[in-house]
Amino acid sequence: MLGQLPILTALTFLPALGALAILILRAMMRSEDQAALDRNARGVALFVTLFVFALSILLVLEFDTAQPGFQFVETIPWLVDLGINYKMGVDGLSVLFVLLTAFLMPICILASWKLEKRVADYMAAFLILETLVIGIFCALDLVLFYIFFEGSLIPMFLIIGVWGGANRIYAAFKFFLYTFLGSVLMLVAMIYMFVTAGTTDIPTLLTYDFAREAQTWMWLAFFASFAVKMPMWPVHTWLPDAHVEAPTAGSVILAGILLKLGGYGFLRFSLPMFPDASAFFAPMVMVLSVIAIVYTSLVAFRQTDIKKLIAYSSVAHMGFVTMGLFTMNELGVQGAIFQMISHGFISGALFLCVGVIYDRFHTREIAFYGGLVHKMPVFAAFFALFTMANVGLPGTSGFVGEIMTMFGAFQYDPRVAVGAALGVIFSAVYMLTLYKNVVFGEITNAKIESATDLDWREWVNLSVLGFMAIWLGFFTTPITDVTSASVEALISQYQAALAASANP
Amino acid sequence: MAYIVVLGPLLAAIIAGLFHKQIGTRASQTITTGAVIIAALGSAWLFIDVAMLGNARTYQLAQWMAVGDFNISWDIRLDSLSAVMLVVITSVSALVHVYSWGYMAEDPHRSRFFAYLSLFTFAMLSLVTADNFLQMFFGWEGVGLASYLLIGFWYKKKSANDAAIKAFVTNRVGDFGLALGVMAVFAVFGSLAFDDVFAQVQDGTAQTLTVFGMEFMALELIAFLLFIGAMGKSAQFFLHVWLPDAMEGPTPVSALIHAATMVTAGVFLVCRCYPIYELAPNTSAIITFIGATTALFAATVGLAQNDIKRVIAYSTCSQLGYMFFAAGLGLYSAAMFHLFTHAFFKALLFLGAGSVIHGLHHEQDMRNMGGIYKLLPVTWIMMLIGTLALTGVGIPLLNLGFAGFYSKDMIIEEAFMAGADGVAFGFFAFVVALIAAGLTSFYSWRLIFMTFHGKFRGDKHTLDHAHESPWIMIVPLLLLAIGAVFAGGFFRSDFVARGALEFWGGSLPAGPYAEGNYGEGATGHHPPAWVLFAPVTVTAIGFILSYWFYVVKEGLPAKIAARGGPLHSFLYNKWYFDEIYDFVFVRGARGLGDLFWKIGDKRLIDGLGPDGFAATALKAGQRVVRLQSGYLYHYAFVMLIGVLGLAVWLVARAGGQ
Repeated sequence: MLGQLPILTALTFLPALGALAILILRAMMRSEDQAALDRNARGVALFVTLFVFALSILLVLEFDTAQPGFQFVETIPWLVDLGINYKMGVDGLSVLFVLLTAFLMPICILASWKLEKRVADYMAAFLILETLVIGIFCALDLVLFYIFFEGSLIPMFLIIGVWGGANRIYAAFKFFLYTFLGSVLMLVAMIYMFVTAGTTDIPTLLTYDFAREAQTWMWLAFFASFAVKMPMWPVHTWLPDAHVEAPTAGSVILAGILLKLGGYGFLRFSLPMFPDASAFFAPMVMVLSVIAIVYTSLVAFRQTDIKKLIAYSSVAHMGFVTMGLFTMNELGVQGAIFQMISHGFISGALFLCVGVIYDRFHTREIAFYGGLVHKMPVFAAFFALFTMANVGLPGTSGFVGEIMTMFGAFQYDPRVAVGAALGVIFSAVYMLTLYKNVVFGEITNAKIESATDLDWREWVNLSVLGFMAIWLGFFTTPITDVTSASVEALISQYQAALAASANP
Repeated sequence: MAYIVVLGPLLAAIIAGLFHKQIGTRASQTITTGAVIIAALGSAWLFIDVAMLGNARTYQLAQWMAVGDFNISWDIRLDSLSAVMLVVITSVSALVHVYSWGYMAEDPHRSRFFAYLSLFTFAMLSLVTADNFLQMFFGWEGVGLASYLLIGFWYKKKSANDAAIKAFVTNRVGDFGLALGVMAVFAVFGSLAFDDVFAQVQDGTAQTLTVFGMEFMALELIAFLLFIGAMGKSAQFFLHVWLPDAMEGPTPVSALIHAATMVTAGVFLVCRCYPIYELAPNTSAIITFIGATTALFAATVGLAQNDIKRVIAYSTCSQLGYMFFAAGLGLYSAAMFHLFTHAFFKALLFLGAGSVIHGLHHEQDMRNMGGIYKLLPVTWIMMLIGTLALTGVGIPLLNLGFAGFYSKDMIIEEAFMAGADGVAFGFFAFVVALIAAGLTSFYSWRLIFMTFHGKFRGDKHTLDHAHESPWIMIVPLLLLAIGAVFAGGFFRSDFVARGALEFWGGSLPAGPYAEGNYGEGATGHHPPAWVLFAPVTVTAIGFILSYWFYVVKEGLPAKIAARGGPLHSFLYNKWYFDEIYDFVFVRGARGLGDLFWKIGDKRLIDGLGPDGFAATALKAGQRVVRLQSGYLYHYAFVMLIGVLGLAVWLVARAGGQ
């Protein structure tokens, strides 16, 4: 049914149309109608994101999980002279990220409902961000991918820089500088690929056999970009700053989706296109992953700012992703994808939880809190759920990602699994300590006495995310069945390429 | 029936946990208690069906994970081993639920309490009915969660919160080993289903695994890693530190989780995986050593504690040590037998202690008790029965005694026999177990004398208001007392004697003492008479010493304690484990965290990276072009030009070729 319709283009550009509508509305309405404008902007944003979400569900339902290749492919000639096309398509590696993006966006809009500063611009920025991010996951052309990939920096940069906290300029600058620097190197590599292979078509490039030495350099260039995005140790320090300053919904998108761009990049480019270099650098990635898991967990333990703590914990959890990906066995890669999806729900929910109390008390200092459970029992229950999910308790989706990647890592090298398992202990330490200090104990701060429990919007958001975290904790096949065909193809091609270069 | 037994408590926990506001406290209590009582009745039926009649079976509920060979399902596995655990868990849990109606009657949050209790019951049931390692791990961590929630149930208290975290984290350290062990199982055998793995263990004997440059026998390594998990959950030496602190939780919790069920999960794990342990003699020797050491260590610490619950907690720790060294010596069925009887008399002791605490308005310090047997007569008698069962009182040659007599004394005697057969650490375990039995008798009677006899040492107000507990708390005590008296004698034949081979089916080796299982040419399995009398003798000595110190010379021990000799402070401070761990691990983690954060992240990475770069570039920028625009846009612009230049150059170069 969807085969004839350009569903991916629709998914990608509908949010942009929504943003356009909001901006036109803003231009047309008189300044005294500020309240009406805000209301309309929110309404349009929510409607558009919900519609896109519905469309993405349709996409996944129509998706043929048995097929490893690209589906729903659309090709429109673009820069014909250079052989560059507008080409979109999804496979098992990308389709779930489209769904995740479309799922988290309405939640972000709902979470920003009470924002008062430049609402129309804010909503437009989020919608444009959605366009760009979905575009990244659908693009099947290097140029198109790069445009979306770099473009996504701009709305995020604005969201942090305009609607952020006190130190937002520094954070936005750091975010931009880091990610941009990484991408520059990637661009150079992309140009080289275009020049050598003569095409920017990603499916063609996936089958192109790059020379071994060139692979090494290109791998490093792509790695520079993706490692920053992940973020991997030691290029992770932009993330805590960005999170601390970003508004709640910005943090949700940052942790929920933008961090996954790095992992997706590895899956789409580094591993299949540069298999020799990937195998060569895999031990380095493993070491960096284990350092990320252990090091940032310990750093998280010492944080005094709730958001920073959760940001550091994100770095640690992304360490499981890079670890799983570079094992290049089925469990590791499947686990890594699962971990990315699951982390989208869990970290998103944790940042929403922080947002809930920040909206009430305007501080993220752990020392300010204590005894919240007396006044906000429902919040305490949700926060407990996501704390446990973040700790990787079996029965939550957090466990599945961690355990699968660790099983994969154990087959790769038991030492890696030992390091990662250490991180599992530390995660319990910092999350439970945080929970104790914020939620349990007597109320020590008079300001907390007047706290109100969740309103219905917060309740809906957290319930939906909580349901996902538990459901996927008990039944994992809805995710792994979608990804399995593509992952199997990826791994068998990878092994074949390695075997071929071993016996030239 | 199996579905109702396992999933009923979960459903009840969800209803009581999520909807207690709507349905009210009383309804939540009724639903959870009802579900667990039904589960207990169902378990009794399953016990007869599965263990007695030999109808072992497995139900598959749903798929959990499926990635290539990694195929994990949700199951309910019913064999004799899990049936025994089902009975223990659900019957103790049901009694604890009922008891809590009285004990928690004044707590405003008791519907949450009951929801947690039922949740725990479910997690424990899913642990013992697992058919693969990963579901067992699920239950394993699930009971850890429930334990965390219940220890920290009174969340206003800082000590309770700290104890809850300590329990969870220490268990996580054990789980670290368990998880790696499960990974090793998968790496070696390519499956996590019990039957698949155990069918292949013979082939695994020759396999090795290389970790950190060292080569290990695969089975030994797996067995050892799994045992680390067991040590954490069952509070064995080195990982025992959380159990005494866990007494911060409400007393019914201590009885259910920290005496009868959860802490025995480690023993269950070793028994479930006996095919692996039988082929891992070195690890079994380690288990024997650790188990025996724990039995002795915990008993010595128990001598000097003043908190009534902590004494029983150390006693639990010590008894778990007995079960472990029995398992380490290959006496799996004896270990399970002791687990079974211990559940009854230890739950009885804990609930009895709860009754004392309840009667004395939350006084737990035995130094403030004494002489209250007339005020709490039923509790007193129940505690006496519990103590007689724990210390294993009985008459050796007639084979007549309390529950502990059959199981504990048997373990001691069989340790001797194992030693005689040349099993590693057999004699060591025998000697240590004898000493520990004497100590057990001493501290158990010390508890009774300090609590119920002599002069009352607390304040007068408490004494005036001391009262016997309501019938809803007494009835569970009576039922447990029946178990503490008769469970040993009644089930001995099935667990460890004539019927054992048939009873266990394939789920557990019946042991060298089971009829039909004797060694070749042997006519029977008879420890020498002095070995039979040894446990009873040391128990009697312990009793006499205790009587002399705490009844005849009442007040003398307090003076000894006040003088604070080195031995006393060593025992009183639990061998200084907490202090050492605090210094090494807690401060170590803090120090490393600060080091990585302040030096690593802030000074090195940020200092040399973005901030340093920004500062240098800013200076250079100001010198070259004095633009007034904000530096952010400025740099983005400079970079863009740079990139474009690079791109143009590359394209031009390529085009020129």
